[in-house]
Amino acid sequence: MKISPSKIISLLFFIFSGFYLYTAHQIQVFTFDEDAAFNAKTFPIYLGYAGLVFSALYIILPETKPSNVDLKVLDYKKTITLVILMILYGLTILRIGYFLSTSIFLVLSYIVLGERKWIWIFILSFPFVAIFMYLLHGLLNIYLRDPFLQLIGVMG
Amino acid sequence: MIEGIFIGLETAFSLKNLMMVMIGCFAGTIIGMLPGLGPMTAIALMIPITYGFEPSTGLILMAGVYYGAVFGGSTSSILINAPGIPGTVATSFDGYPMAQQGKAGKALAIAAYSSFAGGTIAAIFLLIAAPSLSKVSLAFRSPDYFGLMILGLTAVSAFSAKGHFLKAMMMVVLGLMLASVGQDTLSDIPRFTFQNMNLSDGISFVLVVMATFAMSEALTIIFKANDPTKVAKQISLSQLGSIKLDKEETKKMVTTIPRSSILGFIIGVLPGAGSTIASFLAYGMERNFVNDEEKQKFGKGSINGLAAPETANNAACSGSFVPLLTLGIPGSGTTAVMLGALLGFGIQPGPRLYQTNPEIFWSVIMSMYIGMVILLILNLPLIPYIARVLATPRTFLIPLILFFSVTGIYLMSFNNFDIYMMIGIAVIATILRLYDFPMPPLILAFVLGGLMEENLRRSLLISDGSWSFLWDRPLTLVIMFTIIMIVGWQIFKSFWKKKS
Repeated sequence: MKISPSKIISLLFFIFSGFYLYTAHQIQVFTFDEDAAFNAKTFPIYLGYAGLVFSALYIILPETKPSNVDLKVLDYKKTITLVILMILYGLTILRIGYFLSTSIFLVLSYIVLGERKWIWIFILSFPFVAIFMYLLHGLLNIYLRDPFLQLIGVMG
Repeated sequence: MIEGIFIGLETAFSLKNLMMVMIGCFAGTIIGMLPGLGPMTAIALMIPITYGFEPSTGLILMAGVYYGAVFGGSTSSILINAPGIPGTVATSFDGYPMAQQGKAGKALAIAAYSSFAGGTIAAIFLLIAAPSLSKVSLAFRSPDYFGLMILGLTAVSAFSAKGHFLKAMMMVVLGLMLASVGQDTLSDIPRFTFQNMNLSDGISFVLVVMATFAMSEALTIIFKANDPTKVAKQISLSQLGSIKLDKEETKKMVTTIPRSSILGFIIGVLPGAGSTIASFLAYGMERNFVNDEEKQKFGKGSINGLAAPETANNAACSGSFVPLLTLGIPGSGTTAVMLGALLGFGIQPGPRLYQTNPEIFWSVIMSMYIGMVILLILNLPLIPYIARVLATPRTFLIPLILFFSVTGIYLMSFNNFDIYMMIGIAVIATILRLYDFPMPPLILAFVLGGLMEENLRRSLLISDGSWSFLWDRPLTLVIMFTIIMIVGWQIFKSFWKKKS
């Protein structure tokens, strides 16, 4: 028997709702609030049950409009690479600073997506980020931590 | 009211705010024009910037972006048959055939004039309806608000899910679950934080909007290996033809616009219905109103067929502000994003907004109108140039969207945790989108989560823990009955479809 991906997602949501409900029951409320008509865990408990009901209904009821997705045409390679690049961007943004990490992220993303116009790759990375940083830091007074620019003396 | 209008005009006509409307309309047009990116993404990308401004300025910018994005969506519908947003799908039925006949300029002009006229008529309605409804809504109590919020969520799920009602309801629950993370507002008890300090303040609204719209839309384009800009490269965008309309064409528009505006505004006010339904209904209605000869032209480049949905979708946009400004309850995903931004400014929309912050209330209404004027006089002549944006390669477009998303959230929190969480939510949202789990109900639920819990808390405490508050007041009873009707109809429709 073949189970549709939407039903698998609903099953995962059912499990998630069960976990949410369990965690909701574990919320520590004040002793005097235990028997109150409403306390910090009342709403989450209802939500947990609602999640269980809707996902169970989807699993049990026949699918009227199945979502047809051709898994063979999906571009896993580029998508996963972009996600990894974003994680690395998040990892480096505080350590090496906004300017370098953003510019490198942009250059690598353009290349991963197949761009080979090197002049545009350059313009839309380092100078573009520098102008953007000037707008934020110089004009809008939004502080941007950048150890690299501080090291070379560009930023105070 | 007159005094309020003057306050609004004064605020909206300040140099800074006029600049913001212009920037908003321009940026919104460009973003809305890009296929796959709609007003929600456009507004989401603007939120981090608006937090540096006064609330009225921020909202004016967002209102400009909203109208600009709707106009941009129409442009891509007409020029490349790729609607930027669902609300402009009906525009492509007659707009694209006109463009293929070499009348792209004319089609764009009809779209712009119709949008302007629809928006103008709807703005007048809004001007009259909003204060009156504000007074009426003062009679609403917590149970009514709680009921209205469930009604809004159910209606959005029913109308926006395109036959995937249960999936939409799961998204509603997920949105409410995400909103419940963090300290309880009344008791400060941490919930679902797993002893992580980064979660104690809850999940940021901007983070969720950016992740589920901007970032996940960009990832979906790559994942599905779509190149929405490919078609644009194949057509000559500089040869759009004349934008002048003759007498006969103007006459046709004059008859279509008033009826489509009224329909659009009424549909826009209803929770969940929005511009998509308004534009389709207006298209259908117009087809029934015209003579047989004109009826034959529908789908082949009819002026009435283009003017009707364009008028209605803009009128619906204005209409959707009525429940937001008067009840504090958004009726659509886009207005939910605006509500989230308002809450971020520390402003609670609702019946009292009209009295407590009249400058915001009126300046937003006035800015909408100014925005439409700007769209007409600034964007229309610039369309041949703006349309070149359609040909921006996705190899540049996608990384830039990802960059703006990450930067947006980084500027708000300055920590890596939020960036990772945003990437995680975006990846999950991309998979969910792939299998038609709609995102607007999730956003609406996330925004309403706190308010819903608050109103349920008050209702249950007043009724001493009894759920009888749901049927004690006639108004609540009517709301609950409507919810049951919507849910029942959706379930019946599912079974009936399967059997037939």
